[in-house]
Amino acid sequence: MSLRPWLIAFRAITAREALRFVHQRERFLAALVRPLVWLLVFAAGFRAALGLSIIPPYQTYITYETYIIPGLCGMILLFNGMQSSLSLVYDREMGSMRLLLTAPLPRWFLLFSKLCGASFISILQVLAFLAVAAAFGIVLPLWGYVAVLPALLIGGLMLGALGLALSSFIKQLENFAGVMNFVIFPMFFLSSALYPLWKMAESSPLLRDICAVNPFTHVVELIRFALYLQLNLAALGWVLLTALVFMALALWGYDPARGLVRRKG
Amino acid sequence: MSLTVTDLSYSYGAKTALSQVSFAVPEGRFAALLGPNGAGKSTLYGLLTGLFSAPSGQIRVAGHDLARNPRAALAVMGVVFQQPTLDLDLSVRQNLRYFAALHGLSGRDRDRRIDAALDRLAMRARAGEKARDLNGGHRRRTEIARALLHDPRVLLLDEPTVGLDAAARSAITDHVHALARDTGLTVLWATHLTDEVLPGDHLVLLHQGRVLASGTASALHGTTPLRDWFLSRTAVPA
Repeated sequence: MSLRPWLIAFRAITAREALRFVHQRERFLAALVRPLVWLLVFAAGFRAALGLSIIPPYQTYITYETYIIPGLCGMILLFNGMQSSLSLVYDREMGSMRLLLTAPLPRWFLLFSKLCGASFISILQVLAFLAVAAAFGIVLPLWGYVAVLPALLIGGLMLGALGLALSSFIKQLENFAGVMNFVIFPMFFLSSALYPLWKMAESSPLLRDICAVNPFTHVVELIRFALYLQLNLAALGWVLLTALVFMALALWGYDPARGLVRRKG
Repeated sequence: MSLTVTDLSYSYGAKTALSQVSFAVPEGRFAALLGPNGAGKSTLYGLLTGLFSAPSGQIRVAGHDLARNPRAALAVMGVVFQQPTLDLDLSVRQNLRYFAALHGLSGRDRDRRIDAALDRLAMRARAGEKARDLNGGHRRRTEIARALLHDPRVLLLDEPTVGLDAAARSAITDHVHALARDTGLTVLWATHLTDEVLPGDHLVLLHQGRVLASGTASALHGTTPLRDWFLSRTAVPA
């Protein structure tokens, strides 16, 4: 068996995602503005209210803006993961998902290629965000910008797989707004993106526990440690594990025998 | 036989969509799958393209069992879906390149095939145009050209003339008939319009999920006009 057709198809599927992204400049701007608003407005106001102690990976006191940078990187991945699954629901209605699934390659590979394409785009957006943040004076260790790349890829794949799994269970576009409310907001707020877990525990140990099992928390922590050239093994393991679970769910959802792709008419 | 369907049944929950559907299309023939709306044509196409699978029955495409060896069956199958599947922001050529890559084609071989398929459908001059700027007939032609890129043995089209004006409809119907005649391609063409069926075509009549008749069109309807024959066979008692 030759690997060549697989590589050709992989390149084409990821390139299509990238091209689509080029054609949607508003989406790029929205993805950039959203975290910047949080960084420049929310964080500025919140800084006074929240005292941070020194916790790993930080070695000195840090400003609140610095603290939420990894969470906002995660936010970009989260929104993109959900948005690309929104596009999957749309694709399915429009038929281009059908075209993809009739390619003579295993279905898991076709879906995985699509996820990779979406993740590459997310990474570009995160880098653009970090560049703007640096322009506003929030500068990270130089090599951190490189070390964070694999963390972003793994996190992007995990959140993309979650979106893919959700998309296989959503029949129509209209149901998607609900997913935004019931998936994106809880995942973001019940995580370590905006406040460290020990701070959360001060107000409610239960909330802290919920945050601790939220896979998004681990994406954020993986990114946070990577930005400071450290590897958070527990977070890595947790993210990989949930990525596998979500991918399996997505494949199950798109299994022809289960027929969730089927739509009458 | 290039396309064989045996005892295929499928239901959406309690509602039966297809019931023991069996038919065969001889190699190199244009077969019309004729049936009124709701006959089960789209369900059948979903099953034929492996989008979902049936718990019972068998589909063989150019000798490959779709359930056992889906990749081999898909590799020899060209599909034109009822839904539009072009990426409107891409040019005709870019759309074809994307599809070629899904089938593992690249480089000069790919470009040669794209040119040949576009020539075949008289679309070469529009290769650089964005799909968004094409009219419905030309979009359909692009999709047919795309479905031919990997030299399929069997071409499946699910109501490809829906939404087209009369001229575009007859042009596309003629094009695909010529393809079967000139290149030996086996075609399964779903429609509910009897004027798209020629007397020499193979005809499969599908109604309420069952095959009512299968054979050469002229032999089936005899001296009765096809339209009247179709209406009388698919009449639902009021």
